[in-house]
Amino acid sequence: MSVTFNLNGKPVTAQAEPDTPLLWVIRDELGLTGTKFGCGMALCGACTVHLDGQPVRSCQTPVSSVAGKRVATVESLSNNNSHPLQVAWIKHDVPQCGYCQSGQLMSAAALLASNKNPSDAQIDAAMSGNICRCGTYNQIRAAIKDAAASMTKEG
Amino acid sequence: MNAIFDNSRRDFLKTSALAGGGLLVGFVVPGAARLVHAAADFKPNAFIRITPDNQVTVICAQSEMGQGVLTAIPMLVAEELEADWSAIRVEQAPANPAYGNPAFAGLQATGGSASVRGFWDPMRKAGATAREMLIGAAADTWKVDKAECHAEKGMVVHKSGKKLSYGQLAAAAATQPAPANVTLKDPKNFKIVGKPAKRLDTPLKVNGKAVYGMDVRLPGMLTAVVARAPVTGAKVASFNADKVKAMPGVKHVVQIGSGVAVVADGYWNAKKGRDALEVKWEDGAGASLSSESLRKTFAELADKPGTVAVKKGDASTAMAGGSGKKLEAVYEVPYLAHACMEPMNCTAMVKPDGVELWGSVQAPGLLQIVLSQVAGVKPEQVQVTTTMLGGGFGRRFGFDFAIDAVLTSKAVGAPVHVVYPREDDIKAQHYRPASLAKFQAVLDTAGNPVAARVHTVNSSIADAAHMPYESNGLPPMKGVDGFSVEGLTEWPYATENLQVEWTKNEPPVGVWFWRSVGHSQNIFFVEGFVDEMAVAAGKDPYEYRRALLGNSPRYKAVLELAAQQAGWGKPLPAGHGRGIAVGQSFGSYVAEVAEVSVGKDGKVKVHRVVCAVDCGRTVNPDIIKRQMESSIVFGLSAALYGEITFNGGKVDQSNFHDYEVLRMSEMPVVEVHIVPSTEAPGGVGEPGLPPAAPALVNAIYAATGKRLRKLPLKTV
Repeated sequence: MSVTFNLNGKPVTAQAEPDTPLLWVIRDELGLTGTKFGCGMALCGACTVHLDGQPVRSCQTPVSSVAGKRVATVESLSNNNSHPLQVAWIKHDVPQCGYCQSGQLMSAAALLASNKNPSDAQIDAAMSGNICRCGTYNQIRAAIKDAAASMTKEG
Repeated sequence: MNAIFDNSRRDFLKTSALAGGGLLVGFVVPGAARLVHAAADFKPNAFIRITPDNQVTVICAQSEMGQGVLTAIPMLVAEELEADWSAIRVEQAPANPAYGNPAFAGLQATGGSASVRGFWDPMRKAGATAREMLIGAAADTWKVDKAECHAEKGMVVHKSGKKLSYGQLAAAAATQPAPANVTLKDPKNFKIVGKPAKRLDTPLKVNGKAVYGMDVRLPGMLTAVVARAPVTGAKVASFNADKVKAMPGVKHVVQIGSGVAVVADGYWNAKKGRDALEVKWEDGAGASLSSESLRKTFAELADKPGTVAVKKGDASTAMAGGSGKKLEAVYEVPYLAHACMEPMNCTAMVKPDGVELWGSVQAPGLLQIVLSQVAGVKPEQVQVTTTMLGGGFGRRFGFDFAIDAVLTSKAVGAPVHVVYPREDDIKAQHYRPASLAKFQAVLDTAGNPVAARVHTVNSSIADAAHMPYESNGLPPMKGVDGFSVEGLTEWPYATENLQVEWTKNEPPVGVWFWRSVGHSQNIFFVEGFVDEMAVAAGKDPYEYRRALLGNSPRYKAVLELAAQQAGWGKPLPAGHGRGIAVGQSFGSYVAEVAEVSVGKDGKVKVHRVVCAVDCGRTVNPDIIKRQMESSIVFGLSAALYGEITFNGGKVDQSNFHDYEVLRMSEMPVVEVHIVPSTEAPGGVGEPGLPPAAPALVNAIYAATGKRLRKLPLKTV
């Protein structure tokens, strides 16, 4: 089937079986490989994207369900690492292997979009669906707080 | 900083493959053709390229799996080269014997925490050689004596004050003779090495641009998912591909060594085809495998004598005759999967004249040898392009995924990306061996050990990897795989009579290297049991260790620092307990203090882990601290949750719901302290792991009085 949706601000049309997860349409058909495959069961968060601004696991989102909607991937954060989260991630040197970080960043971006000053418990709640096998959780937490502070300052 | 990696790399993947030229990124071995040849480039050796635009590129032989090697290796080069750190770029080396790791028998492979250990001298020499050639070029240009010139921050400076940049000197330096000997800097003059520096790969890892094996895309590339034996060791009897071949996107269904590959236009169609494929399997002896029967066998074998790995004094006599307090305990750990965030995958293109391979691999040098045999070509006809690795932990030292890719590409005549769904990744048997250790000890009236004996039972990783038993660097022990006993044989506590024995148990379960290898279980065993000895002696576990480590200053120093920073002995909230453990592995010494509490539901909460490490001379203290923290998290995940079990020959676990790992809400505070040291550099990717589990169980004992000897803990 043919599905049209908005990807990172541009209209795109995909030709895929209706049950194809959005993840594989983005990666295999549309060629954006920043969104990662980790588990295929919405257990690890590596594939997190925004669907109409809400964080979703693209490995469990059939492409048929995104028709006419807005999808944003890690590539949408900025084209020059200038998003406050990217700046904070670089400042804290968060990534190790880095494979989970696209998903971490998108979960964090969704959190900060709805909560400008998240508490530790709110960060835990928003981020515990994202696994990092390198164990960068403490750096992720510090970077989210940093980004929140700089976004508040910038207003 | 954003331009450290070639920004055109992704396009480069496509264009070079279109040109059929392979992916010889930064291939600057003398005599080898480079894709882009620039006469003005200065390439003093396989590891450095300096271009007229003042760009200094370091070619890194080692694979980046998170441990920071793409930053550490350039730091070593830049130090001696007197380069401007902000002008340094790094590229991943292709597979070539020129990139063999001296600490790894000359094999181009990343593992055993051996990158800095192996390349500390060669990288410094490479940098110093280039520096001397640049100084020579400047002296010739100025017609002055070399002794009147020195190098600093990417410039050669004459005593008169005139300067030339490395870029300006590149062409002239290329014609300079390489000096036979170079003088390396006194470490006290280091400006880069030993100081914190930002990772060079971070900017690529915050925007989706880093290319992992999973992200390799080639023109005409197909994706394969393989139907694999559900029962250990089962073989394909027959399969019916008719239905699957008619499914959308499916191009081929072919039998390969590991099963039946369904090859399609993308992952999803390949996965659906694989799931729909009807395969009849011929189960072998593996069908009777169960964790219950395995456990029984381990215990029975531990009661019989094993092969002696270490014998000091006469433990048996001392134990039989001793009148002191006697202790006996059995410790057990399960099989473990690595569960790298990037599931196993690999891309291959088999052509009549050789094989091209792209992927997240730890051992390109080993792959050249293995795949040459698989494809029937010479090792040099196997080109390997290493991408970023989405975790390694030893798993990507393997080659099962590469063999699958080569065989499938050969069968279908196209470039093929083989992808393991997470379930395949968890079930593909490359497990940390299950292991059991039976301890006996006799204490004197003061509580000190008179004799200790430990007998461990596990599978041989050396056998699985077709390596000699002394591969891990321990002194050879007749008939004993060093990987099986490492951490036991180095028993550091003053004990007059010591005996370490090993019995190989060979159930049909695939075993492999897993972060810190034998130390992952053996230091848990030792540090749990020593804690029991301390309790039996009526001593404080920290003071007990400290006294018995009196003749081991590096052990003692990390132990003391960790205890001091953790506030050992200071009051804790009600229900909390502290545990301590120490261990040496890969040339580094680490002590950890864990602070835990146990809820009414039996759930363990780890509040804080304090770590002290002596890894000899340091390259990048920030990365060292992160590697300790990373290893602690990996160790805690395994201790709390990690377990692969079998039933009817099948692996029970499949994904992160039943193979759980630590999540952010469970993350303790971690503090890492580095002991200043002038010893030779030790490893940092693994040594932080082994003390985590014993510090945890010892803390649980302190909090609850429950002595736990079997992992995972799950609930207490």
